Amino acid sequence: MSNLLVDEKEIVVPGELVAEGMDYVPAVGTFREGDKIISSVLGLVNLSGRLIKVIPLSGRYIPKSGDVVIGKVADIGFSGWRVDIGWAFEANLSMKEASSDFIDKKTDLTQYYTYGDVVAAQITYIFGSKIIDLTMKGPGLRKLKGGRIIQITPSKVPRVIGKQGSMISMIKDKTGCRIIVGQNGLVWIQGEDSNQVILAVDTIYKIEDEAHLSGLTERIKEFLEAGHGSSKKD
Amino acid sequence: MVQARKTEKAERSDGRKLNETRKMEAKVGIIKRADGSAMFRIGTTVALAAVYGPRELFPGFMQNPEKGILRCTYDMLSFSVTERKRPGPSRRSVEISLVTKNALESAINLDQFPNTVVDVYIMIVQADAGTRCAGITAASMALADAGIPMKDLVSAVSVGRINGKIAIDLDKHEEDYEGTTDIPCAFMSRNNEITLLQLDGDISAEELKQAVELGKEGCKEISEIQKKALKERYKEIKNE
Repeated sequence: MSNLLVDEKEIVVPGELVAEGMDYVPAVGTFREGDKIISSVLGLVNLSGRLIKVIPLSGRYIPKSGDVVIGKVADIGFSGWRVDIGWAFEANLSMKEASSDFIDKKTDLTQYYTYGDVVAAQITYIFGSKIIDLTMKGPGLRKLKGGRIIQITPSKVPRVIGKQGSMISMIKDKTGCRIIVGQNGLVWIQGEDSNQVILAVDTIYKIEDEAHLSGLTERIKEFLEAGHGSSKKD
Repeated sequence: MVQARKTEKAERSDGRKLNETRKMEAKVGIIKRADGSAMFRIGTTVALAAVYGPRELFPGFMQNPEKGILRCTYDMLSFSVTERKRPGPSRRSVEISLVTKNALESAINLDQFPNTVVDVYIMIVQADAGTRCAGITAASMALADAGIPMKDLVSAVSVGRINGKIAIDLDKHEEDYEGTTDIPCAFMSRNNEITLLQLDGDISAEELKQAVELGKEGCKEISEIQKKALKERYKEIKNE
């Protein structure tokens, strides 16, 4: 006798009843109380098999192992860098993980990355909230030179990327820009034509605004085809 | 208990019934740079709440390696009352900050964010009694907007006894009337758990029970308004 009390993709608030009965299993964003499943965040209900998830609509970036993030070099130590990734604590980028080159102990680390440099890196390990390790060994992980960076709500990042990267490849194709989306909500965009860069920025902001509405891909496609000058976003 | 909730003729100075709150309004996402924010208005009392965090906690010795902590700051702006309020913390605002923190703490879960802090700032823009309740109500919406995991929304309302009758949501005139008892209370409405109960004045045990019961009904109403405000933020389609 289990039943779902809300529709899939419906917006729920903390403390709202999502389902009754033991046939469903609470996952991220929900908890069980007696035989009821209750939402613990403001978000959208997502059902996969028996698992009930609530995908948050708002909130800060919470680091997860495996995330590709864009960060700024905040400090340099004896054996590595501290990178600001938009979380309460800075992440570690060790000498070994920073480059495929062998870096001698006596090297001046600013030769590689200095204060204020922006890098795309991947989170390899997390313990508590203070220890976050990064690596820059991997495809696309590098220092970001030039271009511009915009910030969006981290919870909207999956929509900007799309299923198997469909949304982001569409933007890349249509605008000809190079784009890297960090899971922490920072998006790096670089292109030769300034109008195309602006179009890419507007498109990403539009996705952020409408991330929770259905039929997004179609609307973004139209928006991109209408091209630069059609947007009246202030 | 039923007696207090029974609809009665206008028995209060502003024509309200005993179980009728003032007109309420809630809005979420009013402060762009905050991680979460909300406004709550009840009558002419207006509270703004802004939430920042989880972020690094200073001073470091206050950090808790087991879970994140909550910090609340309540203050009234100097123009919120008829006679100018001296800016800055006072004995009163420090106390209200503390009870607000206690009222919200049992609803939120910061186990996932050790060593961090979630800061809640509550500002009263207009004061006409019931400011701590309006502040808690606004703060709970702001916390939900900031994506903080919560057991339930917290709603708060003041109840009291005026001229021997139990009434809900006292305004300034009623509160200042001699012999009035003021009872601010906060509830997590799903399980009717009390997170704040203060009392200023005299009241009998039986009347207190009645008052809490009336507060519970009021908080149910407020929590519906909170839910609506939170959902509304994401409902509208932004047409350029």
